[in-house]
Amino acid sequence: MVDKPQHITDVSGSGVPIYGDDIDTDQILPARFMKEVTFENMADYLFYDARRDEDGEFNDHSLNRFEGANVAVVNKNFGMGSSREHAPQAMMRWGIDGIVGESYAEIFRDNCKSLGIPAATADHETVTELQEWIEDNPDGDIEIDVETETVTYGDTTVDVEIDDAMQEALVEGIWDTTSLMYSNMSKVEETVADLPYVEAE
Amino acid sequence: MSDGTLYDKVWDRHKVTELPNGQDQLFIGLHLVHEVTSPQAFGMLRERDLDVAYPERTFATTDHIAPTTEEKRKRPLEDDQAEKMLDALDTNTAENGITFFDFESGKQGITHVVAPELGLTQPGMTVACGDSHTATHGAFGSIGVGVGTSQIRDILSTGCIAAEKQDVRRIEVEGSLGEGVYAKDIILKIIQQLGVDGGVGHVYEYGGPAIENLGMEGRLAVCNMSIEGGARAGYVNPDETTYEYLEGREYVPEGEAFEELKEYWGSIASDADAEYDDVVTIDVDDMDPMVTWGINPGQVVEVSEPVPAPADFETETDREAAQKALDHMDLEPGQSMLGYDIDVAFLGTCTNGRVSDFRRAAEILEGHTVDEDVRALAVPGSETVRRQCEAEGIDETFIEAGFQWRRAGCSMCLAMNEDSLEGDEAAASSSNRNFIGRQGSKDGRTVLMSPVMVAAAAIEGEVTDVRRFYDDDQADALTADDVSEVAD
Repeated sequence: MVDKPQHITDVSGSGVPIYGDDIDTDQILPARFMKEVTFENMADYLFYDARRDEDGEFNDHSLNRFEGANVAVVNKNFGMGSSREHAPQAMMRWGIDGIVGESYAEIFRDNCKSLGIPAATADHETVTELQEWIEDNPDGDIEIDVETETVTYGDTTVDVEIDDAMQEALVEGIWDTTSLMYSNMSKVEETVADLPYVEAE
Repeated sequence: MSDGTLYDKVWDRHKVTELPNGQDQLFIGLHLVHEVTSPQAFGMLRERDLDVAYPERTFATTDHIAPTTEEKRKRPLEDDQAEKMLDALDTNTAENGITFFDFESGKQGITHVVAPELGLTQPGMTVACGDSHTATHGAFGSIGVGVGTSQIRDILSTGCIAAEKQDVRRIEVEGSLGEGVYAKDIILKIIQQLGVDGGVGHVYEYGGPAIENLGMEGRLAVCNMSIEGGARAGYVNPDETTYEYLEGREYVPEGEAFEELKEYWGSIASDADAEYDDVVTIDVDDMDPMVTWGINPGQVVEVSEPVPAPADFETETDREAAQKALDHMDLEPGQSMLGYDIDVAFLGTCTNGRVSDFRRAAEILEGHTVDEDVRALAVPGSETVRRQCEAEGIDETFIEAGFQWRRAGCSMCLAMNEDSLEGDEAAASSSNRNFIGRQGSKDGRTVLMSPVMVAAAAIEGEVTDVRRFYDDDQADALTADDVSEVAD
């Protein structure tokens, strides 16, 4: 596993724009690379097809141009399609610590939360400006402040939105939901005891 | 905020407590497990020395990597990686006391086909699986959600997920379906109208006469593709159709227990005066069969409609997306999908791999032959479906027409087994996703359509209006000429 602090109040580093609406998880992590019983190698397969030309050589896909980036800047409905956690796992293992985008598919965003990756949203204009800025400043620093819900790049600071539950989870260090929920097992039993379909067995 | 809907009621029954991060801890009544997204979760459990909390509410099957030919289903599997995944599932289920419908069980198949047909999925349940098409189970009036692997770990160890309640959009589907038009066409129409991200933040409640008139298998197909519209879950309120389907199924209690359950099932249906966050009406009267022309399920037209031009779209990003789709599919704006050459016909999947799908497709295939240039695969959604089809002689109709009759699995929907598109082959597919690379080749092209449309395309070697194959209603069928008139 990638080591990560428990409390995630901010992430920073350089940026990588990933362009396009409705980018599906089959593009992020093609299904044929899911035939592994661990997530260990997933970074190797990130956007595998999109990043290569017909001869299998790296093309000018932004992930090839901005290697070493920590903050992905994406457009609308990013991560649609399959529930595969392989997709955000691949991004995380490639080096992405946080994402700014116009919107996300629900399961993808949930998966990001499970992995401690803040996924902030901003309007189309803000995202486009940030993507353009990265193109002009490939080594420039971008910081997502999870607590104040802002993104700072160059001399600019913009407001972004981070879903309340995600913000709370990351900042308070409770994004590992297993231990959080495990402490409520006696209440779970009460809930289960009251379910007609369980009693009926 | 919604009130009095099935979603509200099921949520309340399953809510354990509110978590410090503002999410609800929600008990999952049925957890379905398969080989691709679970091994990492069992690994995490092992790392933390945790047990499976509710093994009796957890069921496993193998689907994504399952070989679909008789000879390739022998263990160990030829594909080392696939064998390793299957072996992990063997071990993980045995060690944790989880029922596993393996190849030997006779019940193996796609999670979303197996659980409904065994009666595991029932109204008023919460259902989760590491697969986005868990939305399928909403057909019973349950809340089915697809989850990631870390959430599978949560469910295995606590029986629960951490989740936030979403808004409820009622989709009222008016009208009745003409001959040759099916549930698949309804859901494709809905996604066309509302968009692939239209459902983000929502669950969809499907209702209205066109939904109520569907059988359970049609409702399963509609709910299955909720995720393609961006909704994480979609459901239909339980009714007599639901109860009749469930009675007598293997995991459904009998006698008095059944009657008691039925009371619960009836009680969780949305109230007549339920409040929704949003209501949308869609009319399917006079609708033609639907086919996709692009690279997501929202890029779809009725066969009577020409393929749109990028200029028809409002935003620059939509125009770019349309152009990318046209380029990938090798289509021109205004062109008709009728006559679009196909190389592969694929019938199966969690959307349309059920007995009624094969029955209807067989009616079309009867007395016809698959085009000589078409590779045609019929892949039952489960071994139970396969046996039923074989008992009815449906397999013979398929084989005589020139289809390969296979064993159960996800197969060419995402090509994690050996069934795959090659190069830029185009497939007429009853599956749910036409994303680039989805069917195993990055240059492959997928045209989504209903099972009968797949059968018609297989016979003609091109996208065809299936209504040409019905004796009594040929007048409705369209040809490419009709569509170019529309385009002009």
